[in-house]
Amino acid sequence: MALSDKELKEIAYLARINIDEKSFPAFKGELDQILGLFEELNSANTDDIEAMSHPLNLSQPTRKDEVTEVDQREKMQESAPKVQSGLFLVPKVIEGNE
Amino acid sequence: MELNSLTLKQQLDGLNDSSFSSTELTQDYLNRIKTKDISINSYITVTEELALKQAKEADLRYKKGQALELDGIPIAHKDIFCTEDVLTTCGSKMLSNFTAPYSSTVVSKLFNKGIVMLGKTNMDEFAMGSSNETSFFGEVKNPWNTDYVPGGSSGGSAACVAARLASAATATDTGGSIRQPAALCGLTGIKPTYGRVSRYGMIAFASSLDQGGTLARTAEDAAILLGAMSGHDPKDSTSLNVEVPNYTKDLNNDISGLKIGLPTEFFEQEMPDYVRKSTEEAIKVYKDLGAVIEEISFPNIGLSLPVYYIIAPAECSANLSRYDGVRYGYRCEHPKDIEDLYMRTREEGFGSEVKRRILIGTYALSAGYYDAYYLKAQKCRRLVANDFTEAFKSVDLILSPTTPGTSFKAGEKSNDPIEMYLQDIFTIPANLAGLPGISFPCGNHKGLPLGLQLVGNILEESKILSAAHHFQQVTNWHKELPEI
Repeated sequence: MALSDKELKEIAYLARINIDEKSFPAFKGELDQILGLFEELNSANTDDIEAMSHPLNLSQPTRKDEVTEVDQREKMQESAPKVQSGLFLVPKVIEGNE
Repeated sequence: MELNSLTLKQQLDGLNDSSFSSTELTQDYLNRIKTKDISINSYITVTEELALKQAKEADLRYKKGQALELDGIPIAHKDIFCTEDVLTTCGSKMLSNFTAPYSSTVVSKLFNKGIVMLGKTNMDEFAMGSSNETSFFGEVKNPWNTDYVPGGSSGGSAACVAARLASAATATDTGGSIRQPAALCGLTGIKPTYGRVSRYGMIAFASSLDQGGTLARTAEDAAILLGAMSGHDPKDSTSLNVEVPNYTKDLNNDISGLKIGLPTEFFEQEMPDYVRKSTEEAIKVYKDLGAVIEEISFPNIGLSLPVYYIIAPAECSANLSRYDGVRYGYRCEHPKDIEDLYMRTREEGFGSEVKRRILIGTYALSAGYYDAYYLKAQKCRRLVANDFTEAFKSVDLILSPTTPGTSFKAGEKSNDPIEMYLQDIFTIPANLAGLPGISFPCGNHKGLPLGLQLVGNILEESKILSAAHHFQQVTNWHKELPEI
């Protein structure tokens, strides 16, 4: 199957990656090649086969509901691109009159 | 003999009997990195000051008779492991300015055993690649011949150990990223059972496949280092709460009568004659050591590559959604709104292989395709794993070449993703089934090394390590070192 420009645009938006229209043909070519590889799975009979989401059949461990983390906000925010008063700064997201 | 030519075990012995100090050993590596790494590019960051400080502390402990298990041994960490207050980039522009606020469990454990950190090694961006050509910090060269790639994604770790710019190195393996570079650089590399080594602080690519391990010069060195970094970690919910055997002690376990399986389907793959020949010679070595060779069938092995290239990108697309330019890492200039900030940060911060995999993964998980791709792949993953379960009913280990050939030239496969993906055809199945695998040198073709792979059953690292160790007692391939 071949991806259309519209599909590629949709996937790129879902992944929140801007793709320059000039590189559409290259991306589509490579992605089509990889999707072609997936066709090989159609030959496998997977009726009654349980999906394997984890390599070992483990149960999820639980722990006591106690606070174990110490507050390291300042240290954690040292790597942030933009911070003010302990808050991460991003462009305005709420529209409306001031 | 130069200190850097000694194996980790020999260095440990030398430190213990005061033949040399950790400071001398560490300084020897640091000097060598300064003159030799210009042509290899195996390090992203060299932590000279920290290394010398750690070495000095180790020397003091030796003097006081309070030396730790691996005191004063200088190694390098793959730049995928978070190191507190040290740049941790994962080979990406996205994290090119990221100083980790904490250390991964692997790094902490080794630190607590006296290991000296020389620096952080180069790697394919976010561990996605088989040639170390996708790193934001430039390609890594193979020390055996700098026109050739060292393999990937742990290419920097492999190249620095082969070039004797570190005693050994930590690494990670999602589809072959320890074993393939080990093969291409003439080293011994082990990926343990999924869950044996904590993933806490190891930057995630595909969480159900990622596993930490080691790249070293010998099976003995690999055993020493793996033992020191393995074990249960409450901070990783997939970490196995089981005892870690003494891998070093187990190296000498008797291997006569060991049953080694040869998967018929692996050997039906197209491969050059020299690969077939080296593998056959290795099989003969095992026969002489008293092992029993048996042919086994893996009817579903052909599904491994497509299964991997659905599951790994699907998990990566979820894991890498955290890089949004808000909390850490790269952010684009002058975003006009929040959407633009996300879209351009990720456009500019990720390289093309990473983008390709995120897009594939997003597609495989999107509405309408989930059942056809992701769910189908998970079912096929079970079929591959079942083949192993069946095989281990009759054999102890599974033997194959590690890669379909020796190293290749930089640029040779970088424009053809499928051709590059085929590099991992023999290594991927062990990741899908969560099994331990080791690669070690078994030949040389036109000046480039070749690797042999052994895969063991769950938690049977001791068996593959001792089988590799016995091989290295009667062969010399692992002793060959590149001139640099």
